[in-house]
Amino acid sequence: MKSLVFGLLACVAAPFAFTSPATDSLLEYYQRDSQVQASISEGKQLWFKSQFINGQERSCTTCHGLDLTLTGKHQRTMKLIEPMSLKVNNKRYMNEKKIEKWFKRNCKWAWGRECTSQEKSDILMFLLAE
Amino acid sequence: MRGFCSSSVFIISLLFISGSAGADEPETLWGWLIDFSRAKEVKPVSNLSYQEECGACHFAYPPGLLIEASWRQLLTEKALEDHFGENAELDSEMLNELRSYVFQRTADKSYSKRARKIAYASQGQSDLLRITDVPYIKRKHHEIPDELISGNDKVRLLSQCNTCHTKAEQGDFDDDSVWIPDYGIWNK
Ligand code: HEC
Ligand code: HEC
Ligand code: HEC
Repeated sequence: MKSLVFGLLACVAAPFAFTSPATDSLLEYYQRDSQVQASISEGKQLWFKSQFINGQERSCTTCHGLDLTLTGKHQRTMKLIEPMSLKVNNKRYMNEKKIEKWFKRNCKWAWGRECTSQEKSDILMFLLAE
Repeated sequence: MRGFCSSSVFIISLLFISGSAGADEPETLWGWLIDFSRAKEVKPVSNLSYQEECGACHFAYPPGLLIEASWRQLLTEKALEDHFGENAELDSEMLNELRSYVFQRTADKSYSKRARKIAYASQGQSDLLRITDVPYIKRKHHEIPDELISGNDKVRLLSQCNTCHTKAEQGDFDDDSVWIPDYGIWNK
């Protein structure tokens, strides 16, 4: 019985394997008045979604690259950006303020508007799972 | 006499210790006089928050590369909302920390030879927002052809100092340590 409970717990916990106190509380905050569960697959679609902004096709991958385990490159300055995947970069997603700050800047940059809480929780789930 | 000697040795060594009390302290005339290693080049960035916030999109420029009047225009809440077309907003607590770090170490407050040249070249130009617009810096790069900068995917912008200046992180911009990506050493 005990092992069954643990097994179940492990299954539930598996997709959340990589989390930090910062992402836990952010996810809770984003989801506070949402009926919809955060979804990794929605997050994935949003991450790769591209839009025309200022005559340019832009998406999150414009700077972070298509493979989250590789180094990205700031599209304007060419400065290298450390990989987004926690599997190769354990410094990621440790600070709520930092995550919120970059969501704000980058959503505006890539989509011309701020992201909604639902979008942010989907994307964060995706990023944590990759 | 012996007492005098040993106490002056003591005082002098104290001064040395205080003069080199760490790259963290703002510069003083005395510090400059006794600190031979830094007399020439710009002080490297010594503040972690500055390094992190202002080094995210580009090389974190040492405060000694611009005069105070320039930094004061760059580092306001309003200015950072539209920072050369990017959103570089900061909360006011962070902004205050960065302002006090930077304003104490601007080119016109530095004794290094490099910073003095920048300060001198920036005199009376209160609207300089770019290091790359400081006449001294412009002149130094005047002869480098465009294809090595804008035409070079690993550089793209002259503002990416550290792509060519291999010791930029240490504040060292001497032409001896320049290595242009996909080109190499610059011998004009
Ligand atoms: C114009 C370039 C650019 C684009 C486009 C971009 N980012 Fe970023 N992003 C950055 C930079 C620069 C950083 C901060 C540097 C670092 O942390 O290494 C960052 C950091 C982040 C962080 C913080 C990570 C952490 O460790 O806390 C998140 C989250 C993020 N980006 C999400 C996004 C999302 C979502 C999109 C698309 C809507 C996006 N980014 C598009 C440049 C970009
Ligand atoms: C969101 C990205 C981003 C952040 C964060 C950022 N910058 Fe910039 N910065 C830029 C871009 C883009 C340019 C213009 C590059 C160009 O066109 O040469 C620039 C240019 C500059 C320049 C002029 C460079 C030159 O001489 O041409 C200075 C000085 C500067 N930034 C200082 C700062 C400081 C100080 C901070 C921290 C408060 C900061 N930046 C944070 C993106 C950013
Ligand atoms: C394309 C590569 C490149 C970039 C980017 C670049 N520099 Fe340079 N820099 C050079 C070269 C090459 C020289 C030597 C020029 C000469 O002597 O003709 C030089 C010279 C200098 C000098 C004079 C050095 C001396 O010994 O007299 C200074 C100071 C300097 N650069 C500062 C900067 C700063 C600050 C930045 C960023 C805002 C920057 N550079 C960006 C290539 C570059």
